[in-house]
Amino acid sequence: MSSEHPEQQAEQGADKLPARTEEERREQPVVRKGMFGAGTTGDTSGYGGLIVRQSPKVSAARPYGGPGGAAEPGEYDEIADELERAYPDFGDAIERVVVDRGELTFFVKREHLREVARTMRDEPSLRFELCSGVSGVHYLKDEGAELHSVTHLLSITHNRRVRLETTCPDADPHIPSLVPVYPTSDWHERETYDFFGIVYDGHPALTRIEMPDDWVGHPQRKDYPLGGIPVEYRGAEIPPPDERRSYT
Amino acid sequence: MSSAKYTEYDAYAADEAAEGKVFDVGGQDWDKVVAGAEDLGDERLVVNMGPQHPSTHGVLRLILTLDGETVNEARVGIGYLHTGIEKNMEFRTWTQGTTFCTRMDYLAPIFNETAYCMSVEKLLGVTDQIPERAQIIRVMMMELNRISSHLVAIATFGLELGATTVMLNGFIEREYTLDLFEEITGLRMNMAYVRPGGVAQDLPSGATSKIRDYLDRMPKRIQALRKLMDDNPVFKARTQNVAYLDLTGCMALGITGPVLRSTGLPWDLRKSQPYCGYETYDFEVATQDTCDVYGRYLVRMDEMEESLKIVEQCLDRLQAAKGPVMIEDKKIGWPAQLAIGADGMGNSPRHIAHIMGTSMEALIHHFKLVTEGFRVPAGQAYAPIESPRGELGAHVVSDGGTRPYRVHFREPSFVNLQAAPAMSEGGMVADIIAAVASLDPVMGGVDR
Repeated sequence: MSSEHPEQQAEQGADKLPARTEEERREQPVVRKGMFGAGTTGDTSGYGGLIVRQSPKVSAARPYGGPGGAAEPGEYDEIADELERAYPDFGDAIERVVVDRGELTFFVKREHLREVARTMRDEPSLRFELCSGVSGVHYLKDEGAELHSVTHLLSITHNRRVRLETTCPDADPHIPSLVPVYPTSDWHERETYDFFGIVYDGHPALTRIEMPDDWVGHPQRKDYPLGGIPVEYRGAEIPPPDERRSYT
Repeated sequence: MSSAKYTEYDAYAADEAAEGKVFDVGGQDWDKVVAGAEDLGDERLVVNMGPQHPSTHGVLRLILTLDGETVNEARVGIGYLHTGIEKNMEFRTWTQGTTFCTRMDYLAPIFNETAYCMSVEKLLGVTDQIPERAQIIRVMMMELNRISSHLVAIATFGLELGATTVMLNGFIEREYTLDLFEEITGLRMNMAYVRPGGVAQDLPSGATSKIRDYLDRMPKRIQALRKLMDDNPVFKARTQNVAYLDLTGCMALGITGPVLRSTGLPWDLRKSQPYCGYETYDFEVATQDTCDVYGRYLVRMDEMEESLKIVEQCLDRLQAAKGPVMIEDKKIGWPAQLAIGADGMGNSPRHIAHIMGTSMEALIHHFKLVTEGFRVPAGQAYAPIESPRGELGAHVVSDGGTRPYRVHFREPSFVNLQAAPAMSEGGMVADIIAAVASLDPVMGGVDR
């Protein structure tokens, strides 16, 4: 904190406090506040959750390498080459490619998701015949692409894995369903709809799967509090954690 | 939000459903339904089986449309054991996460922990720094856990088909395995033993000889089970050519584990995408080519025998591999080797004496690491392992903080249960029991 008071300013200068202006600090990707940064619900441990203003959009450059590292061209380059060959709209469909921690991720535009998946499954040189499921992630700060739908594909033929990630904005939470390509996505997509509210267009019966049918809200979203509803126990009603008495 | 919203309306209280008459059946009163159905003159009967499984798999609801004894349509209703583990993990530190995820699939807790920890280690970029001894202990615990899980699978299998002897024998043997877990981790189930960076503590003295005793006894006991089941004509009549699901079906439905291997495909992540050093162990992948319930049973039996072989190799290696069981990095591994107390793992008196009596810095370090936890660089990782039920994967996302941003488990029980309709539609109503039993779903894992 830089002070308005000239005496304090001099003092701080003498203490050699980090010479950073407010503007500079705001540009940092990560907000640090307090010791533990607890700002959410009262009764959880809530330690040290960083507030991320905006995660930088990572994108990998060639060569992608393989699971062992990206020093030289490897199987991930092969996958990208084959997909580019088999799917002519590659440049338009794939927003970016990320190779991180030995894993390959294609960020697929939602309009192209189903066809990319179909190509991944059917093309003999790709042949990702098994879908390991769909998972949702809610990035509150990723404006215009808050909801991510993450699909892990496995090729038994070539013994490879790849991740397809598709985003959609909170205001228009629609992503095409992968059930026509991978029937196993049926329950996974229902689960992701249930917990995140992503509507999978073309799903045969997109209903809640874990929560009761008449539940209000999508519990795994980051703006949904832990707990969320009051609990009745032996006649007494206990309010949800975020509505309990607070001492701060 | 008011609580009334969720309790005012009870969809199941209505006498008349949208279509047809509703009967409440509590057992011993089937005649009432038969008489009632005759009056209606409707061939089709919708039966609500559950929410309750006739055995120990957990709370499962099957909605069956029956025509006589033939199942025309089977629907699976899940969600009765949903506990919000994934959400809860977002509000605890990375280390505390193991305590949550171990409770998902309660028959295979070590696998849940290992998948999660491997994912966290991948995010931290420390996979290569996990001490060898910790990896051996992980493998040994996983294989022991595989045996105990398969024993329950086979035991409940027997029970569901009406064979209580199988159930008793299976559970007796499982008890011995759980005794080992108690000896090593202090707890029989939900141990939170595997931690990011290694395991919570080294094997206590005397554990090795107990495992040796176990290895001496187990082959005979598995043989006894085989004698009871393998050629049992009643068992074979109930299981052979029942709940057929071939390789194409498995691929489409994402089925892995013993169900996939019963179609003849030797796909086992321990062999094909080895982790924790599995590539250095000598074992076979069990397969069958019958695609039926009986084949899945045989695969599980074979896998138990292979697991015993791996445990034996682990014991030999543990003699040679001395050293730490937690990562060297003091910013990740907890400083204390916990001790086993009467109620599970607990304090380490020596460590407490150190931090409370001699070193302020150690106390601060301990406090920061245990309460705040460590930070994990932002990014996402997916670590799949071969659990007793198939591919168990942990998709873990970090935002750079001390708590997971999102944890999702690809639970094999959840995926495999989707195959229940494909296996049972068109078959007899009795076979649906065998079909679900052969999938071996654990509802704690399905619902999480």
